[in-house]
Amino acid sequence: MATSPLIEIDKICKSFDGGRNFAIQDVTLTIDAGEFVAIVGSSGSGKTTALKTINSLIKPDSGEVRIEGKRISALDGPMLRRHIGYVFQGIGLFPHMRIGENIGIAPKLLGWPKREITARIIEVLELVGLPQGFISRFPDSLSGGERQRVAVARAIAARPRIVLMDEPFGALDAIARDAIGSIYRLLHDQLRLTTVMVTHDLQEAVLLADKIAVMKAGCVLGYDTPRNLISRQSNRDVAALMVMPSRVAARVRAVLDEDGVEKSDE
Amino acid sequence: MNESIADAIDVLPDYFAQHVLLSASALLLGVLLGLPLAVAVYRYPRVRWPILAIVRLIQTIPGLALLALFYPLLLGLSALTASLFGFGLPALGFLPTVLALTLYSLLPILQNSVTGLIGINADVIEAANAVGMTPTQRLLRVEAPLAAPVIMAGIRTAAVWTIGAATLSTPIGQRSLGNFIFTGLQTENWILVLLGCASAAALALITDQLLDLIQIGATRRDARRFIVGLMGLIIGTGASLTPLFSMHQNTYIIGAKNFSEQFILSELIAERLEGEGYLTQRKDGLGSAVAFRALASGDIDVYVDYSGTLWANVLERRDILSRDAMLTELARLLSERYGVVMLGSLGFENAYALAMRRDRALGLAVNTIEDLAPKAPKLKIGSDLEFLSRPEWFALKKDYALDFGMLRSYTPTFMYHALEDGDVDVISAFSSDGRIAANELLVLGDPKHSIPSYDAVILISPKRAEDIAIRRALTPLIGSISVEHMREANFMVDRPQNKASPKEAAHFLIDFLSAHP
Repeated sequence: MATSPLIEIDKICKSFDGGRNFAIQDVTLTIDAGEFVAIVGSSGSGKTTALKTINSLIKPDSGEVRIEGKRISALDGPMLRRHIGYVFQGIGLFPHMRIGENIGIAPKLLGWPKREITARIIEVLELVGLPQGFISRFPDSLSGGERQRVAVARAIAARPRIVLMDEPFGALDAIARDAIGSIYRLLHDQLRLTTVMVTHDLQEAVLLADKIAVMKAGCVLGYDTPRNLISRQSNRDVAALMVMPSRVAARVRAVLDEDGVEKSDE
Repeated sequence: MNESIADAIDVLPDYFAQHVLLSASALLLGVLLGLPLAVAVYRYPRVRWPILAIVRLIQTIPGLALLALFYPLLLGLSALTASLFGFGLPALGFLPTVLALTLYSLLPILQNSVTGLIGINADVIEAANAVGMTPTQRLLRVEAPLAAPVIMAGIRTAAVWTIGAATLSTPIGQRSLGNFIFTGLQTENWILVLLGCASAAALALITDQLLDLIQIGATRRDARRFIVGLMGLIIGTGASLTPLFSMHQNTYIIGAKNFSEQFILSELIAERLEGEGYLTQRKDGLGSAVAFRALASGDIDVYVDYSGTLWANVLERRDILSRDAMLTELARLLSERYGVVMLGSLGFENAYALAMRRDRALGLAVNTIEDLAPKAPKLKIGSDLEFLSRPEWFALKKDYALDFGMLRSYTPTFMYHALEDGDVDVISAFSSDGRIAANELLVLGDPKHSIPSYDAVILISPKRAEDIAIRRALTPLIGSISVEHMREANFMVDRPQNKASPKEAAHFLIDFLSAHP
């Protein structure tokens, strides 16, 4: 990872009320290609605002975001977003479009040939583990878990390098959440994606992410691997946030240990 | 009666075509104007309140008043365009009607579209932005289709309203199914009123159903229904408009105000012109003030007005001349100021007069307006819709110090009913009205000559001033109708039983003319 980072968030600030309160303040994060980064924090910590500056859904008041070294404020917003996958808790499937059309929307906006789009829709449906027959169905005939998989399929359809996720699986029950979470982590590795995921669920973050950014009141308190964050606990606030119920903590430790073994094997 | 229904069926295709053209144009304009406005209101919340407030305000103006307001508005605008670009705008007929109806159709379209757009799930909007749609793409691919059912419901409401309100176009000189209603109300021909209402209602229902089909087809992605609805709408509109294409250009447009005598006289003029082989077209039911301006601006070619009305309302003269002197002066001034040709007097007067039931007058010992004045505070007067705002009424009030206990306005037909039923004691009658003789009413004397004479005169528009054909066709009518004949003809139309159509009454006059040339 000696090359320059894929995403650089550089000292960005954003206020939604003309400067009285700041949603985020001097947030700086660098994310390397292929990394899976989770931003954790309680609600109101500014994590979603930080995420949305990456695809320019929110424009920072000061500071800048660079992707592959290019300042995104100089790029065309819609064009940028067509190349960045986005999954959020609200899912937001277009109810008047069939599943196929929903998935193929970004490629269509990018002007891909029709045949290529169709092939790609079939391909990504398979990647997220949905049957081909879903292509001609409408969103309202799907279960919550199925819809969330379609949302993931839509996000990766245009072969983005970067996928942003905002509480992506928050609306699902714990079992479905674990299942689709691990499916996604596999996809992330397989497709060599760079993923930034916002979550308030520390367990999810620890299980899925390579690095975790801890946010509170608009500031990043810590940004490190899960292992380091938990073991070193350099900051009192971070430590407070990293407190987990013992059952969860045990599972997390197990995963981390396993991780450690794998890493020492490399 | 039978002939009047047959006549009505004859003109039904034309009225229907006019009605469809009016409603369709207004609705189309309403959609073309309403949808972009709705998008603007949706995108810029700052303008939402003022725009919706203005459109709602328009909606509170009664339909008839809104239509009427466009007349002076367009007159002013016409004067402006005439001085700037050298051409005027027609202030009567199609243009003002369509503009007023367009404004009327705007509220349901705008309100529903805004509601539909605002009601779209915020997650869907966020997704549309996140997949990289531009605002235009988001509007066309996501917002418009999702709001479509609500927008269509608004368009359906607008369609039904517009078709209903289009019946009010008659008084500003635009033919529509409303002509049946207005003429029918005037002549108490309820079948005619029913015909007008029923055909407008049928048109509204069919349109609503076809739009419903389009809406269902669009929301359920049912191409068959969508196409059937759309084709039905297009073919139906096209088919009902065909009578318009067979209309000829050089037709004489004959105006008439909104009472039976005017209908009869316009039929009489039409008979004369058609007898000479010319095509004619009627603009019935014009307001009294509107009629002269319509003639002066060339929107109508010919109509009959009354010397006293022209004297007081058009020339704004308050002095009273002798009958002949007034006619001479009138002909000179109308020609000088407006280029209008006064062909001459038909031979009878239709003056305003105060009339009472004979028994009531006897009981109060009233013979003249002078006798009436001291008793007036205990009496009720019924008038037609314009009398109380006319200079004649102000002159009477001043000269005789008249002060009635109660003032009520009716359409002329109902005014006579009110007098007969004793709801009012005195009415503003017309001296040529057949109901005066038939109801044995007493016309009160006017010893102070407050009311000027009201000779019925034929007026020809400046546009037709040099037209010899129309003069030749109409000159035989000059001095040919006595007040007795006119009363009789009027009564044929106004009598409660065995009514004749205005056309039949006109024939009665023509038969008499040809018998006594």
